[in-house]
Amino acid sequence: MNYRQAAFEEPLIFDLETETSCGDEILEDAPVPEKLRRRCLNLPDLPEREVMKHFVRLSQMNYSVDTGFYPLGSCTMKYNPKLNERIARLHSASLLHPHQDESTVQGALQIMYELEKMLCEIGGVDAVTLQPAAGAHGEFTGMQLVRAYHKDRGEDRREILVPETAHGTNPASAAMVGFDVIELPSKNGRIDCEALKSVAGKNTAAMMLTNPNTLGLFEKDVLEIAGILHDVGALLYYDGANMNAILGRTNPGRMNFDIVHFNLHKTFSTPHGGGGPGAGPVGVKGFLEPYLPVPRIAKHGDYYHLDYDHPKSIGKVRAYYGNFGVLLRAYVYIRSLGGDGLRKASERAVANSNYLRKLLEDRLDLPYPGNRMHEFVLSGDRLKEKGIRTLDFAKRLLDYGVHAPTIYFPLIVSEAMMIEPTETESIQTLDRFVSIVNKILDEDPETVRSAPHNTSVKRIDEVKAARDLILSYRMLLEKRGRSGPVARAP
Amino acid sequence: MIPKKMMEVLGIDTVDELFDEIPEKARIDKLRLPDGIDELELEREVMEILAKNRTMDELPTFLGGGVYRHYVPAVVDEVLSRSELYTSYTPYQAEASQGMLQALFEYQSMIAELTGMEAVNSSMYDWSTALGEAALMCHRIRPGKRFLIGRASSPERKAVLRTYLTGIGASIDEIPFEKDSGRIDFQALRAEISDDVFGLYLENPNYFGVLEEGIEEVSSVIGSIPFVVGTNPLSLAVIKPPSEYGADIVIGEGHHLGTRPNFGGPLLGIFATKKEHIRKMPGRIIGMTTDMTGRAAYCMTLQTREQHIRRDKATSNICTNEALMAVAAVAYLASVGKRGLVEMVSANILKAKELAKRISSLKGFEAPLFDSYHFDEFVMRAQVSIEKLSKHLIARGVHGGICLNKDFPELAESMLLAVTELHTGRDFDRLIFELEGGS
Repeated sequence: MNYRQAAFEEPLIFDLETETSCGDEILEDAPVPEKLRRRCLNLPDLPEREVMKHFVRLSQMNYSVDTGFYPLGSCTMKYNPKLNERIARLHSASLLHPHQDESTVQGALQIMYELEKMLCEIGGVDAVTLQPAAGAHGEFTGMQLVRAYHKDRGEDRREILVPETAHGTNPASAAMVGFDVIELPSKNGRIDCEALKSVAGKNTAAMMLTNPNTLGLFEKDVLEIAGILHDVGALLYYDGANMNAILGRTNPGRMNFDIVHFNLHKTFSTPHGGGGPGAGPVGVKGFLEPYLPVPRIAKHGDYYHLDYDHPKSIGKVRAYYGNFGVLLRAYVYIRSLGGDGLRKASERAVANSNYLRKLLEDRLDLPYPGNRMHEFVLSGDRLKEKGIRTLDFAKRLLDYGVHAPTIYFPLIVSEAMMIEPTETESIQTLDRFVSIVNKILDEDPETVRSAPHNTSVKRIDEVKAARDLILSYRMLLEKRGRSGPVARAP
Repeated sequence: MIPKKMMEVLGIDTVDELFDEIPEKARIDKLRLPDGIDELELEREVMEILAKNRTMDELPTFLGGGVYRHYVPAVVDEVLSRSELYTSYTPYQAEASQGMLQALFEYQSMIAELTGMEAVNSSMYDWSTALGEAALMCHRIRPGKRFLIGRASSPERKAVLRTYLTGIGASIDEIPFEKDSGRIDFQALRAEISDDVFGLYLENPNYFGVLEEGIEEVSSVIGSIPFVVGTNPLSLAVIKPPSEYGADIVIGEGHHLGTRPNFGGPLLGIFATKKEHIRKMPGRIIGMTTDMTGRAAYCMTLQTREQHIRRDKATSNICTNEALMAVAAVAYLASVGKRGLVEMVSANILKAKELAKRISSLKGFEAPLFDSYHFDEFVMRAQVSIEKLSKHLIARGVHGGICLNKDFPELAESMLLAVTELHTGRDFDRLIFELEGGS
């Protein structure tokens, strides 16, 4: 079990040595008025060969799904099929300007229209917008829909209910739309319906919920929860981050959710891109359709059309229509698997998760024992006996060539580690992960505390990063004691 | 197929047992979607659908307005194909993700150089949402009820700004542009300044491609009101950074640094600010530090601003951003290089000027409409219906620019035309010929 990540002491691109450099004289002839003209510009001038080498080296110092097991809970790091990449790179997909006349982009509109319909079926909703660029953006859109709905009925409801186990984007999105956030305590890891009943009222605009929740537990009382909210005239919002657990078994619509967002970069296999791009389409039940962002994609006969004529629409949440490159990848994925394939994906995701849970729950603690769905959260409290923490454990996992799970989330589990294997991992990979975990639990604590040892760099001083801020090359130069731009570092 | 060993460990006979907590009423037995198809057939089918599009290759196109087609060097495509980069996620485990972290730090650095700002985040979704977030940040810096924006800004961006301001109940007031120059009307701006204004947004170059020559006057007019400048990063290769004329926040669109138009997404929202405002800035920020052996290392920093820590008190809800597009921008700027950038941008400015001149020599056309210096975009006015003219051009195999008559009725039958290094002399000839025929 030997793993060594590449460790280049790769200089910053500004500091790469090169045979040529370019002075600021070239700026003197720029065809712009004198008072606006730039006097100096500090950007490198590198041959293609040096650029390629730089990025190949950087990529070798970057762990990824294609490198190995990446059980980052809540992120659904499943394999990204390469056909999606090949198709998204076609010029017939990428060389389209969003302002092109509709008649010239019928293929793109057809893909988007069909994707909307497929997501309607998957989510159990009546209409979908593909505009949001990420899950959190979808939540923002959903909260705007909630606001518009109540306003249209002459009501000014100020509160959004959110479980204390919710992902941070939930309360953040609600706050961005001007709502007050009320956090609901859990009972045995699930929503406490009695507590909910006492909090839900005339001032409740909506509740945000993910099911299964962030502990991986299925909220069995979801129909009752929906009832409580609908009884007080509030809406129920589904955070789609955990949809990988339920494809083909249930859907948010059947669970009586009114608004749903989908994470295409999670459940629907589009690559995470080192942080993005993603896409967070939002689906709604029919009564909320009038409020969806414009334009909507309409079909007349065989012709697709961008329709702005929706007077109750919340407007736009981003320029143009959505992250088309991402939407296209998800479309190809869904067409590739089909209804049956998606259902099988969820089955395997849930099976893989419970398999790991069963093999790990003896050596680490599983709060709220019992079945889970596609992910589960363990507590690393027991590690304290050996003087190590979940953080150290996570860093030591990196030494074995696996990525750590999500750590310290959700907040209600002490020393949490959230493990989501996804369906694209073989039983051999899972067995290997279990043996790595067991190995680390029996290791000399000092080795674990001082991990990682085999990655490109050792344990990083994050405190220093926040204390002595260096956020750009120019701030670095200031720290090094030089003011103003230079072509090359000393 | 689930392996037998797994079924044994799980202690189940059928996989259905894993789903028995789902209430009966909520269950479905299948997804009503077409069956999956194999790779070969699927590729053929999807390519057939996409073939219904007419790409910017087939149809010489003069569209801009925030999305542009610039040449993507082959090396940039290669860098973006490294699956170690594109199949990774947010670098939560920094020690194993130095590649992405360093690349994003380099992105922040290059944007800092171009904009003159010290702090840059590692991306927002696009220019329009960056504007929304910038306005909210202004409100954090200086509370107020009114946000001022130049009328000569993109309608798409204005629409998104409106949505982002619903949460704080603020209103948006437009500052008109001067009829002849297309530049900001300073008298009108002065008249709008009051205590309840919490920010001003101007684009430079503005939506019409006009360079705001008098922009350094703005800071003396607005005093301590936060000033947001929106820009095309390519323009910053030859135009002075907004830091030199009082900008507090600089935003823009960066997708055309290394990525194709992609029908409007994914894009790259640029967001930069001054050191003093760092803690109010949204988005992820990469910082440089050391590891415990003293080696240079990179990690996400100032996370206490963000949603995973501050939740409803966070500066923004943003989590997934456009990181990969930011890496593309570094690869693009590095491979085009300082010299390449300045030369290309300068050439595009002159090319646009030349096209405008050729159009203005046609009877019934004015170009550029505004008597100002321009970047690589300009407004052309016709004497016939611009929408009909636009359709005529397409029928003749050329795609004109954005029709402005609906969003800017005061400009009458006008169109916004953009020029890049990819336009050939033949493309210009085609456009001129068809404009002549269509008018």
